[in-house]
Amino acid sequence: MITLNHYLSVSALLFSIGLMGVLTRRNVLMVLLGIELMFNAANLSFVAYSRAWGDAGGQVVVFFVIIVAAAEVTVGLAIAVQLMRQFRTLQTDEIKLLKW
Amino acid sequence: MTIPVLAWTILLAPLAAAAVVLLFGLHRRALSAGAAILGLLTSFACTVTLFLRSQHGGPLHLPLEASIEWIALPGLRIPFGILLDPLSILMTLVVTGVGSAIFIYSTGYMAEERAYSRFFGLLSLFAFSMLTIVLATNWVQLFIGWELVGFCSYLLIGHWYERPSAADAGKKAFMVNRVADFGFMLGILSLWAVSSPIAADRTFHFQTLASRLPEHVAAGVIPAHVLPWIGLLLFCGVAGKSAQFPLHVWLPDAMEGPTPVSALIHAATMVAAGVYLLARNFWLFEAMPSTLTVIMWVGVATAFLAACLAMAETDLKRILAYSTLSQLGYMVMALGLGGAAAGMYHLTTHAFFKALLFLGAGSVIHGTHEQDIRKLGGLAKTMPVTTATFLVGSLALAGVPGLAGFFSKDEILVLAKEHNAAVYILGTVVAGMTAFYTSRLFITAFLSKPHGHGSHAHESPLVMTGPLVCLALLAVAGGYLGIPHYLGEPHGAFHWDVALLSIGVVAAGGALAWLIYWKQAVSAQAIVAALALPSTFIQHRYYIDAFYSWYVTEVQQKVLAGLCDWFEQRIIIGLIVNGIARATALLGSLVRRLQTGLVQAYVLLFLVGVIWVLAAFVEPGW
Amino acid sequence: MAEAVSFYTFTGIMLMAACSVVANRKPIYSVLSLLVVMFCLAALFVMLGAYFIAALQVLLYAGAVLVLFLFVIMLLNLQPDDAHRAFTMRRTGIVTCLVFFFLIFRILSRHRFEPPLSALAPADSTVESVARLLFTQYVLPFELASFIILAAIVGAVTLSKQRAE
Repeated sequence: MITLNHYLSVSALLFSIGLMGVLTRRNVLMVLLGIELMFNAANLSFVAYSRAWGDAGGQVVVFFVIIVAAAEVTVGLAIAVQLMRQFRTLQTDEIKLLKW
Repeated sequence: MTIPVLAWTILLAPLAAAAVVLLFGLHRRALSAGAAILGLLTSFACTVTLFLRSQHGGPLHLPLEASIEWIALPGLRIPFGILLDPLSILMTLVVTGVGSAIFIYSTGYMAEERAYSRFFGLLSLFAFSMLTIVLATNWVQLFIGWELVGFCSYLLIGHWYERPSAADAGKKAFMVNRVADFGFMLGILSLWAVSSPIAADRTFHFQTLASRLPEHVAAGVIPAHVLPWIGLLLFCGVAGKSAQFPLHVWLPDAMEGPTPVSALIHAATMVAAGVYLLARNFWLFEAMPSTLTVIMWVGVATAFLAACLAMAETDLKRILAYSTLSQLGYMVMALGLGGAAAGMYHLTTHAFFKALLFLGAGSVIHGTHEQDIRKLGGLAKTMPVTTATFLVGSLALAGVPGLAGFFSKDEILVLAKEHNAAVYILGTVVAGMTAFYTSRLFITAFLSKPHGHGSHAHESPLVMTGPLVCLALLAVAGGYLGIPHYLGEPHGAFHWDVALLSIGVVAAGGALAWLIYWKQAVSAQAIVAALALPSTFIQHRYYIDAFYSWYVTEVQQKVLAGLCDWFEQRIIIGLIVNGIARATALLGSLVRRLQTGLVQAYVLLFLVGVIWVLAAFVEPGW
Repeated sequence: MAEAVSFYTFTGIMLMAACSVVANRKPIYSVLSLLVVMFCLAALFVMLGAYFIAALQVLLYAGAVLVLFLFVIMLLNLQPDDAHRAFTMRRTGIVTCLVFFFLIFRILSRHRFEPPLSALAPADSTVESVARLLFTQYVLPFELASFIILAAIVGAVTLSKQRAE
């Protein structure tokens, strides 16, 4: 009795939770974690559709999403390390050069 | 040379001369003087040619118009051109002839002057402007020339602008004229508005108006009560330019300018422009008897009051200035009495002898560097030519029979006697006063014993005495030239009663002056003390200048200017200019809050945009 | 029946762990919660018949990416923050995300997909079939993916270099 709609709703919920993490957390690394959640929600969506239409292409997409997510996390964390070195803090509201 | 070419040359030659001087000649004295004199002499020559050709049997039939279309819009046609008829030819002859004499005189008078070239350039420009007025075909062209002569007058009065009194005098002249020209402009525009019930048919053109307006008035198209007001408004301009009471205050102060300027502008030509305007449009004023009455009384008042002031003055040029005012009053009075030809006749003769008197005064000033008549004296021996010509001019001014002034003044007195007894009496009294102050001037300055610089004066050079002699000849011969006949007035009988009475008062005035100032039999101080109240009144020039000063500082500056200043400071600057600036700054500071520097804020905005897109397009109706 | 139970169990754990990722003040706990999310997700993938992807999820995501996160957190020695320092725009964020979720939910519920997924034939989802697709139809993205990884490596190394002072 678990239809596609169930999976899609779960995906949407997971996406929203990740979105809230991006919007609300002050630490840069926590923001990256929120982004990871959003990626995973999308992956769930892809796989569910792949099962519904019987097309393996959805899984290929998930494959690529995982690769890209890995690359992005790599670079993102390197940037976070540099931010820590430059600004001595990882709080998003303190990492800015604007005067006011 | 064809007639239109001659006509246009009259107008444009002085303009070309002015251009040459102001563009090329500001450091070349000979070029400037030469160009100016040549320009005006060319105009004079062309005018004489046209005059001769217009005589009986000649090819030129007056009136003739030669004009170009200056503004040609639907509903507004303003030509710019030349109107030739006996009136304009006469006036042009006066302007160019007397002007040429004065120009030549100036080369001697202004010889040690630093701004020599500028002077001649401005004189030429003035000549052009004056000719624009005289030869105008329509009200707009006349107004343009009107304002231009005012401007040239301002520049020439303030020729020695480093002197504060001269600069102030120039400004005063311009401002008084501006006040008068406001009414003048209203009059011109009202005249245009009533010139036709059809908007597209309205015109500024003299001849068209002259032919059209009488029928309109008769037919009732123009309400009859409107015309007198238009006439009064137009007379405002006349009152300003011709220095009628109470707008006369600028003319005595205008003596701050060089004497040739006083002779040309403030005696012979510019101040006569108002009289010329009245004569040119006399058909219009003839239709408004009430306006004519006003004009007449204003003229009489000016003549009388100015003569009183002349009797009390001690400065050589100021006496002549008040005398000019008085004679202008005569001319305006003549027009108010309905005698356009008489007024123009007096204008012509006055131009001759008043220019002569001013140039003579200039010669005296040039020789003695003194303007107070009490410090002069004894000039008869040291400056004979000047004295002789000045005597001729004085006799003409006083109205001694045989000279030009006598005939023209008598024409006016005859008219006065026919129309209004009070005016006639006043006019005669003024003639007596004229004789008095003229004799006083001549005796004190020329005949009496030298009091100061008179003894070591020297006669002026030929360039100055030559024009003096020419003008003296004209002052003598002017009465015999047949000017009223030329202007269309029929020969009238010679009125012996008027003539005898005027001779009588002239003799009385001269005798009184001789008694007081030559024989010293009666003391001037005693008379002044006896008439204490009128004397003080006269000495303070009827407190008119004081009144104007009070009005300007107390009422105008404090109230009106203060109001305008408040409006400018609080509303225009405060509200509009600063308001816009502050609104922009406010808007900017509000929009700045979007730039928080917080990345998540930008993500939030992005998300809001996505939600909006989804709500609007994908799931509408939510 | 069994399917529904496992679905709701795994979903419930996953969502609670997701909330923990977002709401926890200690960074290590967040990362470990994310690990739980990954495992639950892998279970869901298995339920959907995508075995290869489930394996990849555990191997790559849980195994490599999260380990990297843990390394960095330990490297930077991040301390747990107080609540007011950990969150920003909390109320705005919650409201907007709720709005967003409801909007998406409505869009998704427009269409009712009737058959339960378990009733459908599973896609050809063995390693072999996915690989077949990868190396024929999607070979270009496959090669490009290697470029992405290369770029990431070079970037990470360059970015992390200490300035040679």
